[in-house]
Amino acid sequence: MAKAPARNARTKTAPPPTPNRERPAEPQLYTASKEELLKFYHDMLLIRRFEEKAGQLYGLGLIGGFCHLYIGQEAVAVGLQSALTEKDSVITGYRDHGHMLLCGIPPKDVMAELTGRAAGISKGKGGSMHMFSVEHKFYGGHGIVGAQVSLGAGLGFAHKYSGDGGVCLAYFGDGAANQGQVYEAFNMAELWKLPVIFVIENNQYAMGTSVNRASSEDQLYRRGESFRIPGLQVDGMDVLAARGAAEEALAWVRAGKGPIILEMKTYRYRGHSMSDPAKYRSREEVQSVRDKSDPIEHVKKLLEAEGVKEDELKAVEAEIRRQVNESADFAENTPEPEPQELYTDVLVETY
Amino acid sequence: MAIDIKMPALSPTMEEGTLAKWLVKEGDTVKSGDILAEIETDKATMEFEAVDEGTVAAILIPEGTDAVKVGEVIMRIAEEGEDASAASPKPEPVTRAEKPEVQEQAAESGTPVPHKVETGARQMFEAAKHDAEVRDPEIPAGTEMVKLTLREALRDAMAEEMRADDRVFVMGEEVAQYQGAYKVTQGLLDEFGDRRVIDTPITEYGFAGVGTGAAMGGLKPIVEFMTFNFAMQAIDHIVNSAAKTNYMSGGQMRCPIVFRGPNGAASRVAAQHSQNYGPWYASVPGLIVIAPYDASDAKGLLKAAIRSQDPVVFLENELLYGRTFEVPKLDDWVLPIGKAGSRSKPPTGWPRKAWTPR
Repeated sequence: MAKAPARNARTKTAPPPTPNRERPAEPQLYTASKEELLKFYHDMLLIRRFEEKAGQLYGLGLIGGFCHLYIGQEAVAVGLQSALTEKDSVITGYRDHGHMLLCGIPPKDVMAELTGRAAGISKGKGGSMHMFSVEHKFYGGHGIVGAQVSLGAGLGFAHKYSGDGGVCLAYFGDGAANQGQVYEAFNMAELWKLPVIFVIENNQYAMGTSVNRASSEDQLYRRGESFRIPGLQVDGMDVLAARGAAEEALAWVRAGKGPIILEMKTYRYRGHSMSDPAKYRSREEVQSVRDKSDPIEHVKKLLEAEGVKEDELKAVEAEIRRQVNESADFAENTPEPEPQELYTDVLVETY
Repeated sequence: MAIDIKMPALSPTMEEGTLAKWLVKEGDTVKSGDILAEIETDKATMEFEAVDEGTVAAILIPEGTDAVKVGEVIMRIAEEGEDASAASPKPEPVTRAEKPEVQEQAAESGTPVPHKVETGARQMFEAAKHDAEVRDPEIPAGTEMVKLTLREALRDAMAEEMRADDRVFVMGEEVAQYQGAYKVTQGLLDEFGDRRVIDTPITEYGFAGVGTGAAMGGLKPIVEFMTFNFAMQAIDHIVNSAAKTNYMSGGQMRCPIVFRGPNGAASRVAAQHSQNYGPWYASVPGLIVIAPYDASDAKGLLKAAIRSQDPVVFLENELLYGRTFEVPKLDDWVLPIGKAGSRSKPPTGWPRKAWTPR
């Protein structure tokens, strides 16, 4: 027994292993002011209530096609996008409603697109998966799994080429992380030191396939190692951890050190899409995440500790419900596009 | 106000379902996210979550009921502060046959649309009538004609557009230091530097996506494929990302990009290196496809392609790269896309081909 402490003591004095190249620092939990916490609470709750309402409209047959809800993952987009500036751009896959709301796109424009109306952000021609707003630097909304990673590298290329100082936040899921083009994009992004933050939203399931059934290396933050892209694994259920990681990642990328990967460990409460009965996981698993790690409840507790009264939070919620209901009413009552719209916007110019 | 909860459509094709099991009972309080019931759709058993919060005032359809129509009121929730018993029963008679209006529309969508829709054919016909009146730009009398190979004409077109617009850049395999696998980009690196003439790794899918993303971000990329045979690895970005985004964004997100490179029959390279992609790309709405014959057309049309706000697939002929043709010596020789040229004086009489999508 006497030997063991001696060995421990020796280990302690040994210098920590030195990485053979520079690495980003371990991100810290963000220290938020009361106002910032209230904003996080508001933004996450807006996404949650918006998505619940979208699910309801889907149930009423007002939304057709596919509809992928972001419920449970709110802390990821809210934490990361709260750190962006107006110069920066965002691109993601088909689970895109929340990211759009955070880019400042009015909820009624998004909801009206979900119901396929002419007043929708894509004139009713994109639907749930294909929404864009160049004005708000939100570049989609892409339905081909993994496409947004190469396209996001291209947006980063455009930031660097034009010298506008912007960074592209390119989101994709644990499923897309196995697409070949992701690694083609990684290679070029590091080779050309493109200002891109690759965000892997690891919600544990690619449709119905869990990460370990699909990924030989299931620690997805390591997926950039062969390309010398550093990766950080982050608690995606904690908005302060997400914001802290965003600060570290933005500092790295803005310093010209090239891209970085953030693996956000998160969880979606709903099925992959509205028509997914989610039989690949137990009800207890979902309920346990909801009870123990809900990102909104977490911030609510922090706010209560800050002395924010229940009434104040209820007022925030009431205002969000009013806004969401208003957007749903608008989305239900505004007209559908004319059939002729099928033939517009195919080409920009006339030849 | 009590809230009526209606039978949800839980798949795109569901019209009715079985209320398999209630997971709440009258008097329970519910909040968003609570699972209210299990509902069997035409495909699977689904959990039905609460969106509204309050107390369960009444359950109107007992569990085990089959063929509950989508839209039928299945339960009633009393909101906070509301007396659940006051809000409860006395439901209006349940009207099973009745469906909300939206459902009618949704159900109809499976059948042929009853009213006439304007098709693209008429527009194309009208456009063609107009096109017949458009002629090639006149070459002013006395214009000097210079002899250029096809590859030189293509290079000159890119160089002129790059001088005029900083957003234009070239990327592809061996386009810079190697001066182009077929020497089409010869000299561009020397003039424009490595910011605008960019060698890529051998990674067609990836750099087609990077180029497309850069175009969405406001640049005007020229993406060279060493041959279009290799672009099959990248065709997803050409078709799904570049061609469709303008339409799916309701016309707000453009993708002004040129994909160019040799296409079609080549010499002694077998089937994988000798195929014509013209018909493939020409069948994609949202893409402009150009296949020029001589150096004059190649130069004038490539300049037009680079200026276009639409994505262009520019198919060159490898066998003609070294052939010399006459090109008018003008400061800005640009040809209209999609207008047939006339060749009154043959050498060959081949028409200039350009496809515009329907």
